[in-house]
Amino acid sequence: MENKVKSLLLAGVGGQGILLASDIICRVMMDKGYDVKKSEVHGMAQRGGCVTSHVRYGNKVYSPLAGKGDIDMIVSFEKLESLRYLDYLKSEGMVLVNDEEIYPPSVNLGDADYPKDVYESLRSQFGQERVKVIPGPELAAKSGNRRAVNTVMLGAISRFIPEISPEDWKKVLKEVLPEKIIKANLIAFDLGRAA
Amino acid sequence: MKELMSGNEAIARGAWECGVTFGSGYPGTPSTEILETFAQYKGVYAEWSPNEKVGLEVAIGAAFAGARAMAVMKHVGVNVAADPLFTVSYTGTNGALVIITADDPSLHSSQNEQDNRNYAKFAKIPMLEPADSQEAKDFVKIAFDLSEKFDTPVFLRTTTRVSHSKSVVRVDEPAEAVDRTEIRHLPLKYVMVPMNARARRIEVEKRTQAVREWAETFEGNRVEMGSTEVGIITAGMPYNYAKDAFPGYSYLKLGLVHPLPEKMIREFASKVKKLYVVEELDPFIEEQVKAMGIEVTGKAVFPYTNEFDPGVVEKGITGKSSAPAITLQTIPPRPPNLCPGCPHRGLFYSLNKLKTFVAGDIGCYTLSYMKPLSGMDSCICMGASIGIAHGMSKALGPKGKGKVVGVIGDSTFIHSGITTLLNVAYNRSDAVIIIADNRTTAMTGMQEHPATGYTLQGAKAKELDFEALGRVLGVEHVEVIDPLEFKNTTEVLKRELQTEGPSLIISRAPCVLLMSKKAAKAKHFIVDEDMCIGCKVCLSCGCPAISWKDFEKAGLPPKADRKKQKGIAVIDATLCTGCTFCAQLCRQEAITREEG
Repeated sequence: MENKVKSLLLAGVGGQGILLASDIICRVMMDKGYDVKKSEVHGMAQRGGCVTSHVRYGNKVYSPLAGKGDIDMIVSFEKLESLRYLDYLKSEGMVLVNDEEIYPPSVNLGDADYPKDVYESLRSQFGQERVKVIPGPELAAKSGNRRAVNTVMLGAISRFIPEISPEDWKKVLKEVLPEKIIKANLIAFDLGRAA
Repeated sequence: MKELMSGNEAIARGAWECGVTFGSGYPGTPSTEILETFAQYKGVYAEWSPNEKVGLEVAIGAAFAGARAMAVMKHVGVNVAADPLFTVSYTGTNGALVIITADDPSLHSSQNEQDNRNYAKFAKIPMLEPADSQEAKDFVKIAFDLSEKFDTPVFLRTTTRVSHSKSVVRVDEPAEAVDRTEIRHLPLKYVMVPMNARARRIEVEKRTQAVREWAETFEGNRVEMGSTEVGIITAGMPYNYAKDAFPGYSYLKLGLVHPLPEKMIREFASKVKKLYVVEELDPFIEEQVKAMGIEVTGKAVFPYTNEFDPGVVEKGITGKSSAPAITLQTIPPRPPNLCPGCPHRGLFYSLNKLKTFVAGDIGCYTLSYMKPLSGMDSCICMGASIGIAHGMSKALGPKGKGKVVGVIGDSTFIHSGITTLLNVAYNRSDAVIIIADNRTTAMTGMQEHPATGYTLQGAKAKELDFEALGRVLGVEHVEVIDPLEFKNTTEVLKRELQTEGPSLIISRAPCVLLMSKKAAKAKHFIVDEDMCIGCKVCLSCGCPAISWKDFEKAGLPPKADRKKQKGIAVIDATLCTGCTFCAQLCRQEAITREEG
């Protein structure tokens, strides 16, 4: 049997809840009986730097790290970070972007400009249907928990992984999240999935 | 039961499952979580030692007493621990001693990229190297068994990708606790005077030979035969990269990277047409295979530097990449930065204004070397700041007076700054030494140390008193400042720079992350748009909460009364912690605490 491994790359900025989101994806895949590996770099990333997390699942996964051109889905929690790792994307892979700008230091200081037309650039490169923009902060606010942007993004991801039902995702969310924020996060998940 | 675990968590779990009761070390990425996780298991003793040398020595003591002990550190920590390391190889261990070294290919958070497999060969200590979390857990147990079987310390080497990747692990119940501790007097074995050490030296060679023979039968060294066109010898994480890129080739996957199983390697090499070694960093295995007279390709096609991934292995072997060609747009980098409200910002802002040479050290504050703070001129290793400042000051003589400063963090000072401060006092130089005391080991994630008043396992401890210590070491001028008080900080720095002889300044304010609850409640600051003249002084402290709003780019008209003003500063209320530093810099008094 062919060993098909699927790879996701989650990218963003320290403090956006990316590592928790990638942990949740792994739990969901593990519960479905897949072999799972994920990899991220801690340390300096805690101080406002870039954060990336590779998540890979399949019958048997060897490398926790995908090579360039191996990623099925780039999920960027910050707008401009979606441009940083495009060389990792498979030729038929897709890009999900949370519609939120966080300025890097050089932009804050006025030494560099925040890139304009990020979405147009992505769409012209990969086509309309392979680029999906999610209004994360807006949907999180609607869910009743502004911090649930990462759960909105999980909902958005779930739509493109048809082999896993929304119930399987929600089961893990209920297991992992603290009791008092579960309700809002389940709403956030549904809003992200419908976006 | 199956769990998703990082390599570090799996090592801690494996150690607990196999009856390890003693763990020591010093925090350092990517190793820190091993001891943090281990410390939480029932029935174990775990400590943060002041540095890795102490960490290894106490673990040696525990092993001499018959316990199963581990010393945990990052790759450069082994340099600090190298002195006891080379000689405990001679004495052997009585109980079991495993040294865990977490290497950092690609220098994700380190000052160098040294390959600690070389230590195994150099110190004649067997070394195991797991490839994922399950192996990490299994190999810890094998390491302890090996240590007891051959009366030797054993290395377990991970890399960042093994330590910080998560994969599925089968967890088991711990073995029944057996107390094997007792005092045994074995002076011929443990007192390494030349006469005894010469005898032990011979035992070390006999032991290495015995482990070499054991390696031929060790199931962690395994052959996976596939196509005989290409054979790959590999170990650790690169095994996964190679299997991912070339699942069909033949593999000799080594679990023990020192000593190597020569017979097994010869047999494997004889079965394949073309032989490669796939290893990150140094040609450690490759050179030994070549020394066996076997034709093999390694660093001729694979890089010496940085970690690999499946694409790197593919390109090395086929000479090309199958990834689609994509031209990346140039976008602004996003380097790590001192947090909003970080007290280090105040100290380094003032140092930069005084145009001193700042010999820096290892910690969050190393980030202050970047623009706009530009507050540091050197960083070599843990503790080097003070020695470098002293040496520069001595070499420069009167020319260096008032211009040389050594800055070191609180945890780093305890790690290896105390003897160098003693040297400043004893050999008397004019360098000003500053302890950037933020009351924690911040960079690695808030670990306790001897000046925080708590131990790794949460016990209350006697707090080290830096002021008293400075005086006892012979420093006459000892000052304490709050670095976020701009005026006072600058005044004290100026005065101490002009003082004859050694000065110690303790720059004390708790890490803003320790204060996060208080900071969340604090009233943030705002910029009065009318009063801001766009001078950018507040931006020059590099706080991530302050940004520049350019009138033209924002599509706004210039101010009616100041047509030349290009924009204003803006403070992000969600990031501001209310530290007041930028408000102290603003000469227009345009930055004020939000009312209400």
